[in-house]
Amino acid sequence: MADLFTYPFMQRAMIAGLLLSAVAGYYGVFLVQRKLSFLGAGLGHAAFGGIALGLLLGIQPLWIALPFTVLVAAGISWVQNRTRLTGDTAIGIFFSVSVALGILFLSLKSGQQIDAFSYLFGSILSVGSMDVWVSLGLFLVALVTGFTHWAAWAYASFDHEAAEIEGYPVTSHNTLLTSLIAVTIVISVKIVGILLVAAWMVIPAAASRLISPTFRSMTLLSVAFSAFSACLGLIVSFLLDLPSGAIIVLVQSAIFLTALIVQKFQIQS
Amino acid sequence: MISVDNLSVSVGDKNILNQIAFDLPKNGFLAILGPNGGGKSTLIRCVLGLQDYQGRISFADGSAATSVVTRGATGNRHQARTKPGIENIAVGYVPQIKTLDRTFPARAGELVATALYKKWPWRIGAANKVIVEEALQRVGVGHLCHQQIRNLSGGELQRVYLARAIIGNPQILILDEPSAGVDLVGASDLLEIVESYRKDTEATVIMVTHDWEVAFHHASHVLVLKTSQVSFGPADEALTESAIREAFGHVGHSHGVLSGGHHHG
Repeated sequence: MADLFTYPFMQRAMIAGLLLSAVAGYYGVFLVQRKLSFLGAGLGHAAFGGIALGLLLGIQPLWIALPFTVLVAAGISWVQNRTRLTGDTAIGIFFSVSVALGILFLSLKSGQQIDAFSYLFGSILSVGSMDVWVSLGLFLVALVTGFTHWAAWAYASFDHEAAEIEGYPVTSHNTLLTSLIAVTIVISVKIVGILLVAAWMVIPAAASRLISPTFRSMTLLSVAFSAFSACLGLIVSFLLDLPSGAIIVLVQSAIFLTALIVQKFQIQS
Repeated sequence: MISVDNLSVSVGDKNILNQIAFDLPKNGFLAILGPNGGGKSTLIRCVLGLQDYQGRISFADGSAATSVVTRGATGNRHQARTKPGIENIAVGYVPQIKTLDRTFPARAGELVATALYKKWPWRIGAANKVIVEEALQRVGVGHLCHQQIRNLSGGELQRVYLARAIIGNPQILILDEPSAGVDLVGASDLLEIVESYRKDTEATVIMVTHDWEVAFHHASHVLVLKTSQVSFGPADEALTESAIREAFGHVGHSHGVLSGGHHHG
């Protein structure tokens, strides 16, 4: 157990995992409170298209997946704002197109199946030192927005009209939030995988919402749940040689179940 | 107090409001009536600075300075919003309760405190806590300060919103369909609070309502809207049978209000 952290890949996975999970838990409260959980799933699959394109071109997949996913996020809000379609339809379309493109790109490049597999399900072996630095950057950005944007984002989440009346540029605030969520999802894919990245963003916030009386406590608890799940999940994943994403999400789910029981108990008492 | 001149709003090629013009004096109580889709909420959004419009809305505070909000349809909304009018003369706004997210994890006191902090409060300082509690007591729900909003009834939540709206003693109080989603007793209690607030502070009240009785008995002025301005004036002048027929296409229960209308109040 103690020599667990003597492996450099495990150190990287643990540092990146803790930083990213805190960030994911933080943005997750806005995803949950704004009923955007499906956006997380959509952007996760958009990342798949970008990663596949990177693999095809032989470029570091991250650098293709980042702009690709942010672009998809922008496309989703454009369709939502400028056409008669609603957000869930827009997400559904971009989701499918991205996956279709991803499959096409991968089929054009043979012999890369193993790489693609690790992106689908997540692998702690794949976390490089660059991922650690990017995670640290993302964490610092999230920390700054905690002071500069949390109160405005929370206000607009509750009542966007009220935030508009106070003069907040609600639309550009939303774009910033969505872009940061897109970036967080792309960077998280290496650890949790494309298939589970939406759950990774949403479950800690959902569990926290069940038992939080205020939005502040929902935010703090969500970050704590997320970081705890990542820490425990990565250790179990290492010791039992199981896929990290699945284990982390299962730990999150156990917390969610506990929160559900606690909430029922609170209501009865 | 509020002067609306030649106000029009169109979205795409659709007219939402057409050539609205009226003057509401200080301490007036304006009831806005009209069919759904008649532009009632849009007019309120214009007054609140949330909607681009053509024409002019000016707020005048008797002896004090006159501030004017004018915005063309192509005007930059953000720029226009941060400027004028409303900031100088504080406006309190009670939105429709049914459109609110009741699942948001918040206590009633926090909701009221957003009026003080102009953002979602991370924590509420001791001095502000007192102000928030006083505001809630003023509308008779001081005991709800620590309640979560998901546990409140429609009427209670509305009072919390009213407390939030009047915390700074605004000279203009705007309510959007305060009787929607609230039981009858709750609605009439709310009206009493609004009325006594208007008396105490000489504030001007604007209320969108579906309730013709309320318009007839409480309002000093009535505006009937159906994209265009059907009528404006004191209740008995504006709420004529022909105006109601023009707005709603039928006379319906207005007859009872108009002919035998003095049975209450």
